[in-house]
Amino acid sequence: MAVSVDEAVSTRPARDRGSPARRFGGRGRSALEVTLLTVLAAVMLFPVLWMIETSIKENRDVYAIPAKFFDFKVTMDHYKDVFVASGSGRSTLSAAFLNSVVVAGASTALATVLGVPAAWAYSRFAMKAKKDQLFFILSTRFMPPVVVVIPIFLMYRQVGLIDSKLGLILIYAAFNVPFTIWMMKGFVDEVPAEYEDAAMLDGYTRLQAFWRYTLPLLLPGIAATAVFALIFSWNEFVFAIFLTSSDSVRTAPPAIAGLIGGTTVDWGLVAAASVVFALPVLVFAYLVRKHLVAGVTLGAVRR
Amino acid sequence: MGTVAVRGLRKSFGKVQALDGVTLDVPDGSFFVVLGPSGAGKTTTLRAIAGLDKLDAGSVHLDGRDATGDAPAARDLAMVFQNYALYPRHTAYENIASPLRARRCSASEIAAAVERISSLLHIERLLQRRPAQLSGGEMQRVALARALVRHPRAFLMDEPLTNLDLKLRVEMRTELTRIHRSLGATFVYVTNDQVEALSMADQVAVLKEGKVQQIGTPAEVYERPANQWVAGFVGSPPISLLACHAEGDRLVGAEGWTLPRPRWTTAEDGRPLLLGVRAEDLSVERRGDASLPGELYGLEPLGDRTVVDVRVGTEILKVKARTTVTGTPGERLLVTVDLDRAHLFDAGTGLTLSEAGR
Repeated sequence: MAVSVDEAVSTRPARDRGSPARRFGGRGRSALEVTLLTVLAAVMLFPVLWMIETSIKENRDVYAIPAKFFDFKVTMDHYKDVFVASGSGRSTLSAAFLNSVVVAGASTALATVLGVPAAWAYSRFAMKAKKDQLFFILSTRFMPPVVVVIPIFLMYRQVGLIDSKLGLILIYAAFNVPFTIWMMKGFVDEVPAEYEDAAMLDGYTRLQAFWRYTLPLLLPGIAATAVFALIFSWNEFVFAIFLTSSDSVRTAPPAIAGLIGGTTVDWGLVAAASVVFALPVLVFAYLVRKHLVAGVTLGAVRR
Repeated sequence: MGTVAVRGLRKSFGKVQALDGVTLDVPDGSFFVVLGPSGAGKTTTLRAIAGLDKLDAGSVHLDGRDATGDAPAARDLAMVFQNYALYPRHTAYENIASPLRARRCSASEIAAAVERISSLLHIERLLQRRPAQLSGGEMQRVALARALVRHPRAFLMDEPLTNLDLKLRVEMRTELTRIHRSLGATFVYVTNDQVEALSMADQVAVLKEGKVQQIGTPAEVYERPANQWVAGFVGSPPISLLACHAEGDRLVGAEGWTLPRPRWTTAEDGRPLLLGVRAEDLSVERRGDASLPGELYGLEPLGDRTVVDVRVGTEILKVKARTTVTGTPGERLLVTVDLDRAHLFDAGTGLTLSEAGR
């Protein structure tokens, strides 16, 4: 991530990178690169910028034509509305955010606790039809949620998991476990099995060897995997809207979507809620970015 | 006590038969070397003794007791891995202390034991470093210390010197022999380096494709190889092998040469044979009547001696000679064979035919 950005905007001459696409010499090439990247960045970031602007505009400025880019009055009212209900007390949106935190956090934790030992087992032990098993595990992710949501809805209704946080946690964990196993298996493969062999000869059991010597080496990989799982659970919309109905259970994505669709749409509130929704993922990814890069590049290092 | 015995070990990885009935007896206190080329099953044998891999068949006995199903921790063995397998997040001290921590020794016992072993191996000043801050030789010593810090039943060493440079390897050979002598412990040592095997071992087991080819002292393996393959694998430069057969009181070579038939051979006339002669048992100086006509093919000066390559027919003989030997390629010369020290192998089975009459 950080690495690729770094390389993309590099202004150093292409001496040591003999790609045929990089035929332009020195300044010309870097100017072209900078121009292209600027255009691309503007296109990609404009919606984000607009969302942030809308979230701090007063309602009349939101609807102003022509649109106001700079000369509007800044207000934090929309953010207040996200968290505080119109009279007093907590808003339904703030409850939805809390639900999202609980559901995403719990499902990621569950997927990690189940997936990491499974990945270790698939990496370390010889077993029958290992490749088929792994493919089967992955195949559960082939179908998009919208395809399986109706059968799951019916099953959940039978067992009483409909409209419950536990139901969402379980289905997100089920979706994240295959991903965790596959991604973590790659990380476990990178840790030499000899550490565990050596620990077992030192006098530890196999599980102790894993816990003491392999697991600490897997932490960067676990962090990277957990961030991806967390982002999936945090952003998930289809299951959330089908399987929940009450405000006390509903997570943020369907709750924010629910704001749109009345006769009048409070775009300021939608924008503020969206900013609040986007922020935790950004902050979390930023905090673990070192681990993310380490995680993503770990497999690239030849030992 | 520290005897290790394995009986009929079998293990396959997919279609590859890594171990095909390996049986070994390692006496208490011996330096036992398992020698073979890569892929011979040496490491698999060692891992079987350690209990790290499941076997298809066979049993492992430690001190006479069947330990086949035991967990590695229960076997009371220590192992040095080829890549050292030092725990990367721990200091050298913690690495060496690990076997003692696993056995819940007190902090003072651990400190004393680590101090004792690190002074024996001269690594006191490395103790606070992590493996990444150690050179290959230093890592090797730390790995050795982690094994030697305890007094296990036996020490298992998986090519511990392979990743060192030549000078260090020679140094460590002497050092390991010294340590073995001072501890009096059982060492099972795996290597593909025949010099290590010949110089360090009390006993050598030569392994090829999962089968034991020969077990004996280094001298026995070198002087009386059980078959053509062992003869070719042990010894440097490699033994020269010439196709021939017996005819009356002569040995007749496929290339047309003849030699007096060695007294000790009982091979019947006409049976296809291979004559094996080590480079030091050949000479380019004229001595006796057992000589082969050939031509000079090349000279390899090695400093203390020169290896002369002599072409006899289509085969190249390696002859150890003095460094004063000179000549130009193509020059005709006679190679004298010390037939008393030569070997005859059955060309079909490769088994030795030399021993019966000696």
